[in-house]
Amino acid sequence: MPMKSYRQAVNEALRQEMERDSRVILMGEDVAGGAGAPGEDDAWGGPLGVTKGLEPIFGRERVLDTPISESAFIGCAAGAAATGLRPVAELMFVDFMGVCFDQIFNQAAKFRYMFGGRATTPLVIRTMYGAGFRAASQHSQCLYPLFTHIPGLKVVLPSNAYEAKGLLIQAIRDDDPVIFFEHKAMYDEEVDVPDESYAIPFGEANVTREGDDCTIIAFGRMVNLANQAADNLGKSGITCTVVDPRTTSPLDRETILDTAGETGRVVVVDEAHPRCNMATDIAALICEHRFADLKGPIKQVTAPHAPVPFSPALEDLYIPGVPKIEAAVRELCGKGH
Amino acid sequence: MQLSRDDLRAAYQRMCLIRTFEDTVHEEFSAGNIPGFVHLYAGEEASAVGVCLHLDERDAIASTHRGHGHCIAKGCDPQAMMAEIYGRKDGLCGGKGGSMHIADLSKGMMGANGIVGGGPPLVCGAALSAKYRKTGGVAVAFVGDGGSNQGTTFESYNLAKIWNLPAIFIIEDNGYAESTASGWSVGGSQVGRAQGFGMPATEVDGHDFFAVWEAAREAIDRARSGQGPSLLHVRLNRYYGHFEGDALTYKAPGELEKVKMEQDALMLFRRRVTETALLDGGELDAIERDAEAQIAHCLASAKAAPMPTEADLMTDVYADYAS
Amino acid sequence: MSAIQNIVMPKWGLAMQEGLVAAWHVPVDAVLEAGQDLLDIETSKIANVYESPVSGHLRRIVVAAGETVPVGALLGVCAPASVSDTEIDAHVKAFQDSFDWDGAKADTGPEPETAETTAGRLRFLRMGDGDGPSMLFLHGFGGDLNTWLFNQEVVAQSGRTIALDLPGHGGSTKDVGPGDLVTLAGAVMALMDHLSLPSAHLVGHSMGGATALLVALERPDRVASLTLLAPGGFGPAINMDYINGFIAEKRAKKLRAVLELLVADPTAITAEMVEEVIKVKRLDGVDAALKTLRDGLFPGGTQAIDLRDRLAALLCPVRVIWGRRDRILPASQADGVPASIRVTLLDAAGHMPHMESAATVNALLQEVMT
Repeated sequence: MPMKSYRQAVNEALRQEMERDSRVILMGEDVAGGAGAPGEDDAWGGPLGVTKGLEPIFGRERVLDTPISESAFIGCAAGAAATGLRPVAELMFVDFMGVCFDQIFNQAAKFRYMFGGRATTPLVIRTMYGAGFRAASQHSQCLYPLFTHIPGLKVVLPSNAYEAKGLLIQAIRDDDPVIFFEHKAMYDEEVDVPDESYAIPFGEANVTREGDDCTIIAFGRMVNLANQAADNLGKSGITCTVVDPRTTSPLDRETILDTAGETGRVVVVDEAHPRCNMATDIAALICEHRFADLKGPIKQVTAPHAPVPFSPALEDLYIPGVPKIEAAVRELCGKGH
Repeated sequence: MQLSRDDLRAAYQRMCLIRTFEDTVHEEFSAGNIPGFVHLYAGEEASAVGVCLHLDERDAIASTHRGHGHCIAKGCDPQAMMAEIYGRKDGLCGGKGGSMHIADLSKGMMGANGIVGGGPPLVCGAALSAKYRKTGGVAVAFVGDGGSNQGTTFESYNLAKIWNLPAIFIIEDNGYAESTASGWSVGGSQVGRAQGFGMPATEVDGHDFFAVWEAAREAIDRARSGQGPSLLHVRLNRYYGHFEGDALTYKAPGELEKVKMEQDALMLFRRRVTETALLDGGELDAIERDAEAQIAHCLASAKAAPMPTEADLMTDVYADYAS
Repeated sequence: MSAIQNIVMPKWGLAMQEGLVAAWHVPVDAVLEAGQDLLDIETSKIANVYESPVSGHLRRIVVAAGETVPVGALLGVCAPASVSDTEIDAHVKAFQDSFDWDGAKADTGPEPETAETTAGRLRFLRMGDGDGPSMLFLHGFGGDLNTWLFNQEVVAQSGRTIALDLPGHGGSTKDVGPGDLVTLAGAVMALMDHLSLPSAHLVGHSMGGATALLVALERPDRVASLTLLAPGGFGPAINMDYINGFIAEKRAKKLRAVLELLVADPTAITAEMVEEVIKVKRLDGVDAALKTLRDGLFPGGTQAIDLRDRLAALLCPVRVIWGRRDRILPASQADGVPASIRVTLLDAAGHMPHMESAATVNALLQEVMT
């Protein structure tokens, strides 16, 4: 199986689905780049080159550069989805949701239910999230908990390139609005990714490590860190189960509860701010349903309740890292380990 | 293109259905029979009907919180609409939408909308879809004077223009955004705003069905033939409050009565078609009686319809997973 | 040739670059029989017992348990007592000094090829060289050419080998027609034609065994010999819990229980193997292809085609190998075959003798090639 980057995996998923289904179109700011400009066509392929090369294949009819008008084009994508297309809109940074959230949560998310099941909105919104890019407070947030809160939206957090391709193909084939979160610090990370198309179903957690002492539930980029922590801990005799829920909505409650109950010790790793995030949500879920199995408190490893700082010195402190995850597991497992 | 006698009958029938529907909802709401709140379209009938008479199954519209008239004009079933307003299981949205969210995508009606300014971006999408799929369809955004001040509306003007979308923006200016006068809240003019985006725009008397029909014909023809978006500034009046229960204290004394006496859309239509002998008074009377009978039947059946049950609470949140 | 024999890290499958020596089954100074369990090796994808490739006196363990080394690295040394310790030390040092540690990791070995044939796109992997007929490996239901990771490279030392992805599997076309043996056999013929092979030694496992058998019956001129591992076509019985579970289960926990039916020792099924199968099943077209094959090959829960009555008509040498602990196709299906067919029953194996008793199977395959 060839090694591909997260960026290549997303690009390949888009290309293969556009080849398969002519109803799939892309729109967003600079997704091709250079619209109306005298220089190169497909000048950018998105700010980080993720959609590069698609416009030369599919043309500007299907790869639409938009003005910087998130409300208009995200709403436009929702309207097109409700009337026969399967648009993939790019919200460049999820931080920009502030200017278009109404079209996502009041419009697209509501159509099916509010219209009595008589509307289908196969919309995908791809968006970049996460810290580590020295991009500061308005370009580094996670914010997926906000979308997870909204019934009618599906929320996807692929944790590597293989996951990204399969989950994006599923997102495009899905009949509900899907918010697809791409961690901007992962685009160059490579894993084996099949050339063929494949879809990873939503709501099925991936158990990436199996152990006896502690269950680490991690989201998005944090999955790799949790895996590293588990591997390090394994060398000192502490074995961990690591769970990547893949989607926060739908949420694979069964796998989370089963794996939590099996070890009785739980660490949840979430890059989002600590209040009302996925960590609190998962902790509450486990407490409600597996309290009797727990051998200690559920530990939450998250970013602090502060905006993402700019200075590398501060941002490195801000992001949850492998040592923090290991420390949380060791604390739970006691000094004996 | 001229209006045939059949067109005229259809137009009057739709307008009468809307008027009777809204008068009935007004009475029923006053009697405490309808849950929530409703925004009524009575008085504005010529706008919805004058525009939608040009539309067919290829075309889509997005509406406002004041959506009953647009629904009826685009062909939604009044009986299912009434059941929806009563929150019944066999309502057009299964009782999950209510007055402010009536929709029927199968009729190209993309929904009344509880968010002011929510519709124009969606209409850009429907227009893009029609253009991309080469259906020949157009998409129409009905927007109030209040919605005309939303950023979404301006963004949509721009997007529709630069993508040359078959979109039409109908600004239904009834003079008041809730209780705030449009003369006070709107900077510049609706036509001037559109022209600022390079869109053809016309101001039209929204009490006059024929004026709306003619202006809409030009705009829709332009969109259908690939010449891009247009805007109509339709001046009209609503006969009831912003919502039911609004005492209308912000209006001038006698303002509404004068409009009803002199500019009522149904009255103007009747005068025009009878004076030109296109239709006779008896035909029009019969259409009115039919509308009353139809709406009475809608009301009775809505009241008799079953309520949704707990089994309906969690259906249709998603296409393919139950939460 | 020196009396000193090297034991090196084997290459199991295309992706393997290095392996972890998990445990030695024998101490230094043990006397080894070729084929006996020697050490446990784990890769990122698979864990298995490595059976001793040599017979002799184990004089050195070079890589201790817990260490990870590249493919080809020296694990241990056998030599008779006549060789001195000094000579062995010198031999080990010479090996280590000349071993290309970086190159060993970088060497990805032969890559599979794909060809557009009259049966559609087929993927296959060629290894080895020689003048005699090629040995053509046909995997079972749900498998692919990687099924032969313990076998193909070993046999390739004796001649030309080709492992094929049958239609619906691996990198080959997902079009399986009506999902019958004729379609699968047609793909084998199409590849042989494409590669201009007048005849071949066919090795088939399970569904691939039934396919090989049908090719041999229909085109005896194209088949030099048959080696059938737990083959289909020998009777109606088949464990449909396995077939249906393989298709239906999408999640690791439940699929693992299904895959464990394949082997006598369930610990041989690693989490990575389960994950690999899930990844294959997710590929577009695989689910539909497997269901079509199931419905075509096993309608009503039994094998559609029983070729037992035609076994006597086979002209080429035929060997049947079956694990006595097979829970998919019962080893009793090998009972009562014509005397011309040699039957090898393996006590320790389940449905995957070529993996579970690789050394024994490899010896039989090499016999065919020489």
